[in-house]
Amino acid sequence: MYAELGHFALTLALAVALVQATLPHWGASRGDRSLMALAPSSALLGFALVALSFVCLVAGYLGSDFSITNVWENSHSAKPLIYKISGTWGNHEGSMLLWVLILALCAALVALFGGNLPERLHARVLAIQGALSALFLAFILFTSNPFLRLFPPPAEGRDLNPVLQDPGLAIHPPLLYVGYVGFSIAFAFAVAALIEGRIDAAWARWVRPWSLLSWIFLTLGIAMGSYWAYYELGWGGWWFWDPVENASFMPWLAGTALVHSAIVMEKRDALKIWTVLLAILTFAFSLLGTFLVRSGVLTSVHAFATDPARGIFILAILAAVVGGSFLLFALRAGNLRQGGLFAPISREGSLVFNNLILAAAGGAVFVGTLYPLALEALTGAKISVGAPFFDMTFIPLMIPLVIVLPFGPMLPWKRGDLLGAAQRLSAAAALALVAALALYALEGGSLGGAAGIGLGIWLIAGTISEVVWRSKLGKVPLSETGRRLVNLQRSTVGMLLAHAGLGVTLIGIAAVSSGALEKIVAMKPGETLQIAGRTLTFEGMAPRQGPNYRDLVGHFVVREGNRVVAEIDPAKRIFVASGRQTTEAGIKSFIDGDLYVSLGDGAGTNAIVVRTYYKPLIPLIWLGAVVMALGGVFSLSDRRFRVGAPRRAATRLAPAE
Amino acid sequence: MTRKQRRLSIIAAAGAVLAVAAGLVLYAFQDTIVFFNTPTDLAEKPSPPGTRLRLGGLVKEGSVVRDQGHEVRFIITDTEHEAPVVYAGILPDLFREGQGVVAEGALREDGTFVADTVLAKHDENYMPREVADALKEKGVWQGGTPTDRNAN
Repeated sequence: MYAELGHFALTLALAVALVQATLPHWGASRGDRSLMALAPSSALLGFALVALSFVCLVAGYLGSDFSITNVWENSHSAKPLIYKISGTWGNHEGSMLLWVLILALCAALVALFGGNLPERLHARVLAIQGALSALFLAFILFTSNPFLRLFPPPAEGRDLNPVLQDPGLAIHPPLLYVGYVGFSIAFAFAVAALIEGRIDAAWARWVRPWSLLSWIFLTLGIAMGSYWAYYELGWGGWWFWDPVENASFMPWLAGTALVHSAIVMEKRDALKIWTVLLAILTFAFSLLGTFLVRSGVLTSVHAFATDPARGIFILAILAAVVGGSFLLFALRAGNLRQGGLFAPISREGSLVFNNLILAAAGGAVFVGTLYPLALEALTGAKISVGAPFFDMTFIPLMIPLVIVLPFGPMLPWKRGDLLGAAQRLSAAAALALVAALALYALEGGSLGGAAGIGLGIWLIAGTISEVVWRSKLGKVPLSETGRRLVNLQRSTVGMLLAHAGLGVTLIGIAAVSSGALEKIVAMKPGETLQIAGRTLTFEGMAPRQGPNYRDLVGHFVVREGNRVVAEIDPAKRIFVASGRQTTEAGIKSFIDGDLYVSLGDGAGTNAIVVRTYYKPLIPLIWLGAVVMALGGVFSLSDRRFRVGAPRRAATRLAPAE
Repeated sequence: MTRKQRRLSIIAAAGAVLAVAAGLVLYAFQDTIVFFNTPTDLAEKPSPPGTRLRLGGLVKEGSVVRDQGHEVRFIITDTEHEAPVVYAGILPDLFREGQGVVAEGALREDGTFVADTVLAKHDENYMPREVADALKEKGVWQGGTPTDRNAN
């Protein structure tokens, strides 16, 4: 029953999306208000239908209805409740449904909060969102229908891939998808502006908060995915330059550029064409990511299942959306009026520099990710492009960006004073330099690691210098400084937090890349191991029963000197339903970094191979990402940018009856 | 500066950044690309020792030997030729005899492949795509779409 209802709702949603994609457009061209007024209502209806369909699929999972093929393939009656729910999107069909649900949600949000947009722009934006929904709904219905029935229904399901039976699955994909798909709003605004042939600061004021919101989710989603890989895959890696990771990283780079260029457009009415291009590019990267993950052209953790028809269908969507929007851009971008002037050394100039570097870095990641695919398609040669390639291209591009970053906020709009900014930042620069040199001399680590930590400190100290400067600390009475601090605009606080967060992440990356230790030894109960100034004692193995798995748990005691400071219990986990095995790492965070223990195979009598890592400061990587996202939230909460509340009323038209 | 000069300076900066990026990419491509080989490829035209490459095939039944430490030896086969592999580390959870595997590393002087990474991912129906393609070419393996979990 649920399956049929869900299927029917999805089919209706396609019909509604087709109406939403066409009639309001036509209405906008003819100036017909009643046709334009169809857009918001059809967007809301479409969202309700997709949501109903999604709820139906969740209900199928909750009720373990194995007559639904998708549930049978990916669920099991003994699976804990949380994985029954999150298992809904732990497979190809379900994750596409989640994708479309978020797409429809974005359209519904624009419908709800867009009442004060110019009427024609509102209709066109919603029409473009409708067209996107229609494409992806058709994709689901024709190639990836999650509601197909199975007869006769099996008694038991085949269970969810054990790697996915983790709280990470409940959080990571929804966060990431909201980030990915959220950029569809900026895309729809960009295409609508190109069709209308008009674009102004008000447009940027609209696009920026939505892009920022997506960016926050994408940042958190990527960080969450990285943390999940770290603790789940059993060998302590946190970023692999895997094509699927790159697929989420490219929209992040482009989105970061977009969030910055939209500031210039909003404040100075400049960089219009570039901002429109970035909005298109960011969503194009999101679509490319979906294509890479969902078409099965890649071998990856994320490639659930493949079917050539799906790949071709998504490729066709990609070609139509990206090709179409670029064509429109080529034809229409020239008509957009040019904006304000600025000197190279200015706030605008620094933001342009940020955009240039981010675009170039995105390009390098793009080439590295797609080159193996292109080469194989053209010559049949099979190659892999891995971490060394990205280390050699991405990192050198990022260094100038990080060096220049603290200067940007110190420079005024239009024309800046580089010398003054340099003076205000001299303390930060000195601190970073001394810290890097001291680390290099005392710790004897790698030069790269010390430099990376120095750059991280430069960002954080640069942020603090900015606060000192803005609050005129030491130049005016303390009460005045306090008043200035309290009165800092939230968007400024957000910017400072985001920049400092990048510094925090950078310190974590540099520390773990240069200072990580690894020991792999076969251990018997009672044996000890020395790592990073601590003693690890293997106490023995014990079985443990979980809801749908059995664990073999190794017990380890960590001592500093003779004092017990922690216990670590890594496990090998066997899932009853499938007989598949996973490694559950044991991780203990200390102030200086993580101890990470995972179990390997037995090696002779009683002994087991133990893999132990010391990961200095690694939590900072994710902490920094959370601080960046928090910065985004602060900026978003600024009164002037509150979502959906740009200039009130002035252009408001009475809704057409 | 006039509007034209300012625009030119931006274009020059953009050109410089892009040129640097392109240079880095081309330079990195010379050193960091890793080619995929089957045991037959190795037998027919062996790479010089020390060159990084990926070796893929099936783990030969009964070939996995674990010594007392953590070193593992096994043989990768495409049923036509075989290549001995040595790997120091913990094998992935889904590494099994008779299953597909991709090892990354380099050949030693004695012809043994020293792997530093072993990939055998995800679920029991799964076969790394390169391996599946290579085996299909040899007519050894007749499975459906290699990574298609829905097929059975």
